[in-house]
Amino acid sequence: MDFLNIFGNAVGEIVSPTTAAYALASLGLAVHFGFTGLLNFGQAGFMAIGAYGFAIPTLLWDVPFVVGVLIAVVGSVIFALLLGIPTLRLRADYLAIVTIAAAEIIRYVVTTNELTEITGSANGLAAFEGGFYAMNPFPQGTYNFGLTSMNERDIWIRVVAWTLVALCCLLVFLLMRSPWGRILKGIREDENAVRSLGKNVYSYKMQSLIFGGLLGTFAGMIFTLPRGAVQPANYQTELTFFLWTCLLLGGMATVLGPVVGAMIFWVVLSLTQGLLYGAIEAGYITFLTTTQAGQLRYILVGVALMLLMIFRPQGVMGNKKELVFA
Amino acid sequence: MPKLIRPLGTLLALLAIITGIILSAPPSLASTTSPEPTPGATSSAPAEPFQNRISGVLRNADGPVAGVRITATGEGFSGEATTGENGTWSIGVPVQGTYQVEVDVSTFPEGVKLAAGTPNPREVTFVNTSNAAAVFPLGEGIVVQSASFGEIFVERLIAGLSFGLLLALASVGLSLIYGTTGLTNFAHGEMVTVGAVLMFGFSVAGFPVWLAMVLGIALGGAFGWVQDAWLWKPLRRRGTALIPMMIISIGLALAARYTILFNFGGATQQLPGASSPILELGTISISRNTLISLVVSLVVIVLIALLLLKTRLGKATRAVADNPALAAASGIDVDRVIRIVWTVGGVLAALGGILWAYYRPGVTFNMGQQILLLVFAGVILGGLGTVFGALVGSVLVGLFVELSTLWLVADLKYVGALLIMIVVLLFRPQGILGRRERVG
Repeated sequence: MDFLNIFGNAVGEIVSPTTAAYALASLGLAVHFGFTGLLNFGQAGFMAIGAYGFAIPTLLWDVPFVVGVLIAVVGSVIFALLLGIPTLRLRADYLAIVTIAAAEIIRYVVTTNELTEITGSANGLAAFEGGFYAMNPFPQGTYNFGLTSMNERDIWIRVVAWTLVALCCLLVFLLMRSPWGRILKGIREDENAVRSLGKNVYSYKMQSLIFGGLLGTFAGMIFTLPRGAVQPANYQTELTFFLWTCLLLGGMATVLGPVVGAMIFWVVLSLTQGLLYGAIEAGYITFLTTTQAGQLRYILVGVALMLLMIFRPQGVMGNKKELVFA
Repeated sequence: MPKLIRPLGTLLALLAIITGIILSAPPSLASTTSPEPTPGATSSAPAEPFQNRISGVLRNADGPVAGVRITATGEGFSGEATTGENGTWSIGVPVQGTYQVEVDVSTFPEGVKLAAGTPNPREVTFVNTSNAAAVFPLGEGIVVQSASFGEIFVERLIAGLSFGLLLALASVGLSLIYGTTGLTNFAHGEMVTVGAVLMFGFSVAGFPVWLAMVLGIALGGAFGWVQDAWLWKPLRRRGTALIPMMIISIGLALAARYTILFNFGGATQQLPGASSPILELGTISISRNTLISLVVSLVVIVLIALLLLKTRLGKATRAVADNPALAAASGIDVDRVIRIVWTVGGVLAALGGILWAYYRPGVTFNMGQQILLLVFAGVILGGLGTVFGALVGSVLVGLFVELSTLWLVADLKYVGALLIMIVVLLFRPQGILGRRERVG
């Protein structure tokens, strides 16, 4: 077994664009659930809107990169409004079911064969990332970083992704310290108390839903850009549940928790995969196939989610006093 | 709380062991022990690298037609298969999409002809399952009739009723659990899958069909019992709030789904008797399994309704659903009622899973997850926590899903049902039979 390579890959996951996308989308969930108390189980839908909202106009009308991003942002806001209007007045579990249903509706719609011309149905779309890489300031070549080496595209997407994560973390941090953030936390603790202070709870919940959804939308774009392809199968409900695992790992009412959670999530996934595959190839483990080893990791994710929720609901970084549920 | 770790681990280990033992039996047994004349096409077909497949049975009046070459092209892929001794064929394809399927007429045996009016090649589209069927009617002089709108409507209506009632089996359990414990159980989809997977496992292991079904349903009930005994009851004791319990149920759903995948594999398998004959009732034609499923679920649901309305236990259940504290104060053993509700919920979900496996048709590791949202839609449509609401809502969802295919393309049929759920929440959030106070 090549331990150095396995550890190198695992360390590389810390800064990978996928980790950044998970961190950003989980940060959106932190805004929704950790700070406002909204149960959004449709973050995969917001990510899909980011990916498709950007890819479709780019391929269909050949719009510039910035316009593509703007269209995705507008799509995300509309989606959040559509979701929020029927559900934000209702109890938390209704929002959970409606958001999960809405995310699935999006996935069914982009998968249908009727819209193959626009969405590419099950195959998805590809080759829309040119505008993004055309802005790459890094000269072509291979860059070495000790354990791993990257080309100029790898560096560019990582720099952009993590800058975005850092900026969004700062923004969330500042917002949650502001009066606006205090009202959100107030809604989380006692909706009626906030209402009695004359605040429009419905409107604040909607703003929170839109803001967290936007973070998910940006995450969707970061998720697809390095792949150069968007496929509906990536946006199943499992994605949302993995994001929840990241959020709960890190701590739901913290700013850096989702980022740390996403890093732990991917490092552990990469390590277990590397070690299991290595052990299988070296013949140490004979009762598993590599496919089963991949599935075993997701069983562990499910068990981890349960155990976290039972034994350490505040996560790695969280404060137990800030839990939505006492 | 170490008291919780042990049961939790045991719960998952048990699940893994049960499915593991059952599925370790060689699948080739299925075709030899199955009493049905036509075993599922997939169990006799060799393993293929792709999980999605297009399949069918080629037969004419004299019986199955063997040795015919069939090709499928589309989505940048092309594959071919030859029909086996029992007329079955199956082509593995990489993605779920639209394919042109063509029968090579030159490979037909002497005297075999495609029925007049049969499109060849014909277009086959996957509808959210990993299995798509292509039917080529054979025989001289047989003319393929295009059914009138009214006939198609009645056929869809019966199919929708059958689908809705099997959804109701799952949603009545979900609603009972919600009513008595307040838990929105996201792992209910896996309780559906477990029934079908276990029945498949037992029938592969050589049990007769009826016994495999009974064992699958019984173990489904045991799964519910075990869940409550080892996970949910200790959590209730700890005073865990409802939202954490909901997230725990998501974790359980993930763990259970991938445990099933781990042991069962990603392929679509068929239960014995999955390819049932089409019955002609007057001018409409309906598959026999769909009718059997309709009758079975109707009988079971009437039984549950009688149980709830007429027996002491049913009265106790309704009392707990109404107000657990008051029920406890008036001498009802709340924990015992909840345990029974979980067990009955498991039994109903497992039965629903088996019927769903016949309806689709096919057993896959994520089949329960596929209908979980429709079950939720049914429950919400009828009113969360009301048993009869869940029944009415599910039947409406089933009818809507099937009838919407008259106007909507088939791969969007679930979208309509989910949209209806959202619209109902907008105007009548308590559902059709719900009470206003239930909504927060």
